[in-house]
Amino acid sequence: MSSTHASGGRRLAAAAPALGLVPFLLFIGIFLVVPTVTVVATSFQGADGGLTLDNIRALGSEAALTTLWHSIILAGSTAIIGGALGALLAWLVVSAGPTSRLRRVTLAVSGVLAQFGGVPLAFAFIATLGFSGVLTEALRSWPGVDIWGGGWLFGLKGLIVVYCYFQIPLMVLVFVPALDGLRVQWREAAVNLGASRWQYWRHVAVPLLTPAFLGSVLLLFANAFAAYATAAVLVSQGNPITPLLIRSALTSEVLLGQANLGFALALEMIVVVAVVMTLYALLLRRTSRWMR
Amino acid sequence: MSLPARIGRGIALTLFAIYFALPLLSMLDFSTRAKGGAEGRTGEAWANLFQDEDLRNAIIMSLLLALFTAVAMVVLLVPTMIWVRLRVPGATRVIEFLCLLPLTIPAIVIVVGIANVYSWVTYLLGDSALTLTFAYVVLVLPYAYRSIDTALSAIDVRTLAEAARSLGAGWTRVIVTVVLPNIAQGVLGAAFVAVALVLGEYVFASLLHFDTLPVEIALLGKSDASTSVAASLASLVFVSVLLIGLSFLHRNRRSSS
Repeated sequence: MSSTHASGGRRLAAAAPALGLVPFLLFIGIFLVVPTVTVVATSFQGADGGLTLDNIRALGSEAALTTLWHSIILAGSTAIIGGALGALLAWLVVSAGPTSRLRRVTLAVSGVLAQFGGVPLAFAFIATLGFSGVLTEALRSWPGVDIWGGGWLFGLKGLIVVYCYFQIPLMVLVFVPALDGLRVQWREAAVNLGASRWQYWRHVAVPLLTPAFLGSVLLLFANAFAAYATAAVLVSQGNPITPLLIRSALTSEVLLGQANLGFALALEMIVVVAVVMTLYALLLRRTSRWMR
Repeated sequence: MSLPARIGRGIALTLFAIYFALPLLSMLDFSTRAKGGAEGRTGEAWANLFQDEDLRNAIIMSLLLALFTAVAMVVLLVPTMIWVRLRVPGATRVIEFLCLLPLTIPAIVIVVGIANVYSWVTYLLGDSALTLTFAYVVLVLPYAYRSIDTALSAIDVRTLAEAARSLGAGWTRVIVTVVLPNIAQGVLGAAFVAVALVLGEYVFASLLHFDTLPVEIALLGKSDASTSVAASLASLVFVSVLLIGLSFLHRNRRSSS
């Protein structure tokens, strides 16, 4: 056998194990990479298939911008409300001690409720705050207050209320580890140096927790920004947020006079989520420096 | 702890408990309420879960999809991850990146781009809702990856494999009968999460026009809200049992290791 054959055979033998990854890569390629690339590519295509920036330009139209703004308000407000209340609940749970029943139950329930998005969540709130919802009827008969208020539940305000229901538990799940990372020794050291409880929080705990808190809030933002199902069931009129505008782009061929606007809107979502998740990764790196 | 602090804690925790319990209790009340404003209770909405033919078919379809997705995920991911650890450690980063990618690409975005792929899938395999399995495997990848990766990190895959190989086992045997039993809990955990996610998935199913449980629940909501609420609560309870069972699985693993 000549030397070229031998080295070729060796090269083949070295590459052979990588062949074991082919089925997986093929699958991911077809069902994840191709769709994503399609979205990006079609965003720059006109109805005739030619290259154009019209779809991207249409993102700057007033209707598309208003929708994006609503999406950001929804994701931002539920991230901040959920972040603040979730951090409070996480602190109540952590300060009850690492083996308390409160902690175990809260974490288990949070694990379930953080996943509780989608269709059932919409119906949970229809059953509670809808026109003949349990709380609506209870308050209507006594003390005679009308919280139905013309159906705010089915608009942007309603989505804010509903989304908090999974944002708070998610915050508990991601923030409890950060609070656990605050070591008792740090508090003891601060107290030994004469710090008051307030001073400990002001100068030690809060500065340490800030990156973790901001990172968690960003995660919550991305979570709410990408959510679709609950809004799709709850909102039947109009398209207040970007995912719903995408839905109508998919169901009716031409939206705002643009054939491929749905793809451009999807690209817009990729960009927003990518920016948020990059910031999240940066903050996480900062947090992991002291959280071990 | 001082008395005011203790009272403050108590009030805050009670408020949280009420906030989280209220929608769940409302669902129970709403779905058992007698129709037409009459007094009393009825189990009609709950009986519909089994009697309404569309709903029953949707439930069966969703359960089948959950099963198919869990199996396909295991078949695709477990051998790949073991293989990476044993033979292609250089690819670890790439595989991890690809597996976690679906977390940063919103599902609705994938749906927008997947239409062409799915027209091929339905052309080749027929127009069954079970074809959603492909998309769902992608959706559950990040969670499954983490669960299996944790399990694989806890054992010495390389030594196990070398021992088995030196005794004459082939690669299939190494993966299926040597490594797999040692990471069974991680794989089971991944399967649980897959089932939980698939049972609630709405984005793909509704926009690709397949009748799964969440799609049917949403559709029914327009005509019969109580049945929708009953089905929502039932699926929530089912998924809760799965996820809480999962947390027990984790606790057992921690205490046994």
